[in-house]
Order: sequence, then C-alpha cells, then structure tokens
Amino acid sequence: MTGWRALFYKEVLRFWKVGFQTVGAPVLTSVLYLLIFGHVLEDHVKVYDGVSYTAFLIPGLVMMSVLQNAFANSSSSMVQSKIMGNLVFLLLTPLSHWSWFFAYTFSAVVRGVVVGMGVLLATALFVWQSSALNFSLLPQEPLWALVFAFTGAAMLGALGLIAGLWAEKFDQMAAFQNFIIMPMTFLSGVFYSIHSLPDFWQKVSHLNPFFYMIDGFRYGFFGQSDVSPWLSLGVVGLSLFIISAVAVYLLRIGFKIRG
Amino acid sequence: MPAISFQSVSKTFQTARGPFQALDGVSFDIEQGEFFGLLGPNGAGKTTLISILAGLAKATSGTVSVLGTNVNTQAAQARKKLGVVPQELVFDPFFNVREALRFQSGYFGVTHNDAWIDELLESLGLSDKANHNMRQLSGGMKRRMLVAQALVHKPPVIVLDEPTAGVDVELRQTLWQFIAKLNKLGHTVLLTTHYLEEAEALCQRIAMLKNGKVVALDRTDELLKAASSNVLRFKLDAALPPALVAKARVTGRIVQLPAHDALEIERHLAALREAGLNAEDVEIRKADLEDVFLDVMHANTPKETV
Repeated sequence: MTGWRALFYKEVLRFWKVGFQTVGAPVLTSVLYLLIFGHVLEDHVKVYDGVSYTAFLIPGLVMMSVLQNAFANSSSSMVQSKIMGNLVFLLLTPLSHWSWFFAYTFSAVVRGVVVGMGVLLATALFVWQSSALNFSLLPQEPLWALVFAFTGAAMLGALGLIAGLWAEKFDQMAAFQNFIIMPMTFLSGVFYSIHSLPDFWQKVSHLNPFFYMIDGFRYGFFGQSDVSPWLSLGVVGLSLFIISAVAVYLLRIGFKIRG
Repeated sequence: MPAISFQSVSKTFQTARGPFQALDGVSFDIEQGEFFGLLGPNGAGKTTLISILAGLAKATSGTVSVLGTNVNTQAAQARKKLGVVPQELVFDPFFNVREALRFQSGYFGVTHNDAWIDELLESLGLSDKANHNMRQLSGGMKRRMLVAQALVHKPPVIVLDEPTAGVDVELRQTLWQFIAKLNKLGHTVLLTTHYLEEAEALCQRIAMLKNGKVVALDRTDELLKAASSNVLRFKLDAALPPALVAKARVTGRIVQLPAHDALEIERHLAALREAGLNAEDVEIRKADLEDVFLDVMHANTPKETV
C-alpha cells in the first residue's frame, strides 16, 4: 500500500464503514422512486417501442444513483476533512496533486458503481415477477453501459472534489448539491425520454452533460437511445477532461487548502 | 548542513482590515541533532512559521529548507524528512488508532510498518487503544496520537507545535521522555510551547518571536545568565505600592520582583515597609526562563503601544 493507493483505500473504507447510510440509503430511495413513478406512470407514458416505462426507468435510476453518490463521496469527504481539520494529515504528506486526484476520483467511482449495482439488483427484484415489464438485468450492450457508468462516475467524482475544495461550510456544499447537481440530474431524462418534451426544452436538454450520461447508459441496456452513444461518449469524455483538468489545477495550487 | 534553515522569511496575510504582516524577515538555522525551542506570545507568528516549514502555507518571501531540501520547490522530498505534530487536536472519526497509523504510513510510501507502529503505540502508552475508534480517545490520548502520526515514517526532523497543551502531568513526562530519547538517537527537534519550564529543561537553544520578528536567539543557559539573576517572591494581601507595580509580575496574591543584588532586594522591601505593607512567605530564587521571556517581551514592546 503506497502513496495514492493508501489514500484510495482510506477513501473506500471511509464510505464502506458507514455503508448503511452511503449505500443502503440511496438504494432504498431509488426503489421508492421506481415503485411510485413506475406504478403511477406505467400505463400513461410511452417511451421506446418494446420497452415498458418501468424498464425504461430502471437504467435511469441506476445512473442517477451512480452520479449522485460519486459526487457525494468526494465532496463530503473533502469538506468534512477541511471542517474537522484532519485534512492536515494529508497536507503534511508528500502525496502529489495527481495522487490526491486519482485517489478521490477513483474512490468516488467505486462508491457510485457499488450503489448503482445495488440499485440495479434491488429494482430488478421488484420487476422480476412481471414479464410484461420486459426488463432484463443483463444489458444488451454491456460495454456501453460500463463505459458510461465509469466515465460518468469519474466526472461527478472530480466535480465533487472541486465542490469540496471550494466549499468552506456544510451549507455551501448543500447549495452546490441542491442547486446544481439535483436539477441537472432530474432534468437529464431519468424519468422521461426527451423526445416527449417541447422543442425548446429538447434543445435545452442537449446542453446538459448529464443527459448524455443517462442516455448513453440507457443505450447500453436497450440498444436504443435519444442520441447516438458515440455523441454521448464524446460529450461525456470532453466534460470529464475539462472537469478533471480544473480539479487537478486546484489541487496543484492548493486552492483553499494551503495558505 | 543545518536541519532547518529559515532565510528572510516573511508572510503577509490579506485580511478584511488590510494586509497583516505575520512574519517579518525571520532568519535562523537549527543544527542537526539540536533540541530547539521557539517561544513567543500568542499571535507572534510561531504557528505561521511552522506552517510554512511544513508546506501548509507559502511564505510571501524568503526560503525555508529541511536538511538542504527547499520546502517549496522540492516539497515532497522535504515533507518526507519532517514529522509535524499539529497544534489543533484533530482526528479522523472514521478510523481506529491502528488504521489511522497504517494509512499515514502509506501516504509516505512506507509499507509493512507494523513493528514500528507497535513500538510507537507502546512508547506513547496507546497499545491497549490500538483497536479503539479515534472518537473514543480522551483529549490526552488524541494528543499522543498526533505525535504517533507525525513519527510513523521515522522523520529525521520532528516539529512539535504546542504538544503538551491539555495533557496531564504524568503523560507529559511520558511524552518528553520519548521525545528526549528520539533526540538522543539523533533526531532534530523543534518545539513550540507555552510551558516555559519545559523549554528551559529540554531545549539547548531558544528563539523568541514577537510580532513576526526574532527578538532573542541564544543558548538557553546564556539567555538565563543575561537575565536579572534573582527574583524576590512574596505573598501580599493588599495592592502594591505604585513604585513597584511597573516591575512586578503579579499572579493573584503572589508578587515576583526582579532583583540584581542584595541592595535592590532591600530597596524593594523598604518600599513595602514605607507603604505599611507586610509581605508573607518571602523567598529569593534564581531567575528562570519565564523571567527572561517577560524581560525580552517587555523590552521589545513598541513605545507607541505602551
């Protein structure tokens, strides 16, 4: 266990020790979304041919959980360490800004993917009996699903790191989460296909990188999506690159962590 | 090559009320193997200086090096040579004592370090707490844990920023025995403390900081020699005569007055007699570091603030 791997392992163990709250709770939330929205909207919303609304909803909820939890992991860890003061133990070490970046981002990916798998398994249990819902646990294009899960989680992990470095208080972090992350995930097509939206809102949705993550991930499950998965991959890849570059830069200059 | 070298270190903070100069051209070297004390009142700049040394803050100007390694341009190399005990009583509530030490060791790239971790826990009296969560530790134990975390990568240079604040007498002894042992083994120690008795007993050389400047720097015994050599100490139930107030150090009923010779002692006592006061428990003792400290700080008070 050397250098960044020690920090990576510490970050994974940190959320795993409170797994009831960091993994169990988001899985329960997603199951509630599925039960309520699925029940209310199943017969009223048409999405893709041959795909029931509930089946459509599952990959969206999985990806939403992946993204939100990846963000939550790096951001809450950083802001807690800053406020409690124990970040000093890291600041005193020879760990480079790259080590910090990879450790925080990869551990966020691990949390996102673990929660996402939990949501997938839990929601699949609820639709198991009903063959009419036509949902298979195994994606049709698993590689696409994995690519979007990992790049999306990495992007939100890096974004969480930026938010954690920026925020000085818990309420600033809550504002970042409630006014940026939540609207962008809810307006990304988790609960609907953007083809059902008026023209103007379809255009607006295309400006939201979260839309491409959800849409690309859903392509992995159904082989159908609102836009080409290659376009989605391009947008998500570019967003990941830009956000990572900002996070690495902030770590290098010690933004708000070194005086 | 000095263990620590400060060269013209200045630091200016931008505050809401304009710039504040915390350090103003601080220069001195600490030799390898020394036990060095850095003293000064609150706000003198001790912690700022240590923060710059540890890479927690950047100097506005000047250079700092650890065993010849620049802390700014070769930060990673410099930090490997330093073990820093921070002043704030901080801990990570997610982990137990052993986990925290293993991680800290890992950050420095030191693997398979359990033998040394066990030795640290033993020396600091924490062996039976190894599997306790950090939250379950008392204040004194958390303080000793900070020491263990600073030493986990066996740094040649050890920096302790107020390590005994809030630690009871017995544990303070344990801690100092351990640090003194490390110093005998060749580790350089830089210490800041408010307990001047500790600094007097442990430190071979002492620097005193005031308003960001070094106002005294010498061997501890030289500093003691230069000070008023004696102190007249007594208890008094009434107010001191005005003539003595300016020179006296008053702690409740206890009054201490510096005195160079027998004549001065007689003059002090005469002043009391003339005021019709009766001093109890009168004794004469040698000046200690606290007297030197107060002398130096008083001598360097800018006139306009007196």
